[in-house]
Amino acid sequence: MEPVLILDKISFKYEDAWILQDVTLRTYEGEILGVLGPNGSGKSTLLKVMDGALRPQQGEVLLGNRPLASLSRIDVARQIAMVAQENYFRFAFSVLEIVLMGRFPHLRRLQFEGDKDVEIALNALRATGTLHLSERSIHEISGGEKQRVLLARTLAQEPRAVLLDEPTSFLDLKHKREVFRLISSLSGERKLGVVLVSHDIDLIARYSHRIVMMKDGVILHLGSPEEILTPENIEAVYECPVLVDTNPATGKPRVSLRG
Amino acid sequence: MIKAIKKPLTLSRVIWISVGLCLCLIGVSLASLFVGTAEISLSKAVGLVTGALPPDDPARLILLKIRLPRVALAAMVGFGLSLGGVVFQALLRNPLADPFILGVSSGAAFGAILGIFFGFTFSLGVPFLAFAGALFTVYLVLAIGSRRMGMESSSILLTGVIVNAFFTAIIMFFISTAGDSRLHAMLYWLYGDLSQSRFGPLALLAPVVAAASVVLFGYAKDLNLLTAGEENAYQLGVDVEKTKKVCLITVSLMIGLTVSLSGLIGFVGLILPHLARMAFGSDHRLLIPAASLGGAVFLIAADTLARTILSPSELPVGVITAFMGAPFFIFLLKTRGSQWSRS
Repeated sequence: MEPVLILDKISFKYEDAWILQDVTLRTYEGEILGVLGPNGSGKSTLLKVMDGALRPQQGEVLLGNRPLASLSRIDVARQIAMVAQENYFRFAFSVLEIVLMGRFPHLRRLQFEGDKDVEIALNALRATGTLHLSERSIHEISGGEKQRVLLARTLAQEPRAVLLDEPTSFLDLKHKREVFRLISSLSGERKLGVVLVSHDIDLIARYSHRIVMMKDGVILHLGSPEEILTPENIEAVYECPVLVDTNPATGKPRVSLRG
Repeated sequence: MIKAIKKPLTLSRVIWISVGLCLCLIGVSLASLFVGTAEISLSKAVGLVTGALPPDDPARLILLKIRLPRVALAAMVGFGLSLGGVVFQALLRNPLADPFILGVSSGAAFGAILGIFFGFTFSLGVPFLAFAGALFTVYLVLAIGSRRMGMESSSILLTGVIVNAFFTAIIMFFISTAGDSRLHAMLYWLYGDLSQSRFGPLALLAPVVAAASVVLFGYAKDLNLLTAGEENAYQLGVDVEKTKKVCLITVSLMIGLTVSLSGLIGFVGLILPHLARMAFGSDHRLLIPAASLGGAVFLIAADTLARTILSPSELPVGVITAFMGAPFFIFLLKTRGSQWSRS
């Protein structure tokens, strides 16, 4: 598998406080990398460093074989798509218009979207099961639909890496499952290197190929779900007693609070 | 059954709607030229165009020297204010934003009222001081409102409100100490006055407004993405800091110059962007030309009313824009619904 993003001994600080320290990590095509860790452990900062929005003071991020810092904003956006935690659309754009915004980095300043761009957007809507919403206003659709539309925009961007910051935080169980399944199948089909930050340990366990466990800006554990999700690791990171067994249906680790 | 997909915005749609609005603009301009306190017959108007009208006929003077520059100024001011409003509402993601929000208005008013107070002329001294005041306050707001991390919308907005309040206090001081004749001139300026228009300043304003609209149209797609948040826009490839800087400075320069020649005409820059959004959707590639041309049409019509409704005396045009515009807008809001998020 080809590496997509390579983080080499990254450290990042705001003011005088180090948020990330000595983080070394690779993401690969077609792989979902789950990121777990308590609030304030540096997960979102990690995603922003991977996206180039924050420049680490130490270490280097490579996209393919080029330093991320040497690429222009639009070059980065052609290869990395990110869905932020909160997405609030002030204006009533239609779903199709929102997805076409994913074509922005591929168009020149005054260029309008052509047939090819519309085709790509429609395919993205189809792939995420949101084609029937294309004419609706972004304000009229539900939270689960909105997350799928944002994934469609991400696909229309045709990136190599997709960074998702808690894409299911406001969704119910059914929609959480739907979004995770969608991410999983898209990452396989389109060879996307996905980095997925979430507090849903069970869903991360079910759908990630590898898991990074962070605390206080440091990577404590990195490996397969089975290797990482042990009671000792989770109790040390989250500071609460847990029970870990195997989900009989999926064979993946299952984490429950113990008392 | 698969529903036919509505085509997204195309260049030809933008062009056709712009051409349509340009035709409206020409129609309103012509109508406005021939309406006024002095009756001008159609034959004289035709004579002016064909050259049959004698050079010393008063109709020639009224049409060319008084009404034409006034209509042209109304068009440019309406165009500029709406353009500034559209861009600021997107940039600051705030439906209450108008082109005056960064303190341009109070700064310009401070300069103008200082000029009137000390008896400067309306042809040079007052507009010059108004322009200087506008630039000074915008500089002040951007300097105070910017942080080390870049320009943050809410801190810029807050700073603008505070700077506005401060200069309004100074303006009130001058107004309360001014004598009768100057008081009238000051109030007229504060409510917008297009009657002082001459061709000289227009030759300066026209290229500035034209250049600003070209620059801002170039950022239309960036503004679309910015309305969904700066983080979002950045991730999709927008150079957010550069876009904000270029747009803020372009709008401020244009509005500063506009206001220095027209006084404070409220409402146009707030409402026309909303009307255009209701009619044409949220895409700034259509919104920018549509709102700007709509603003020009609207202000010509409002100014025509301002100078005819109490003929032979006149009202400040700002009175008309607010008095007619507000109920009309409420009617549209009730019947069509705002294009702003309801959540």
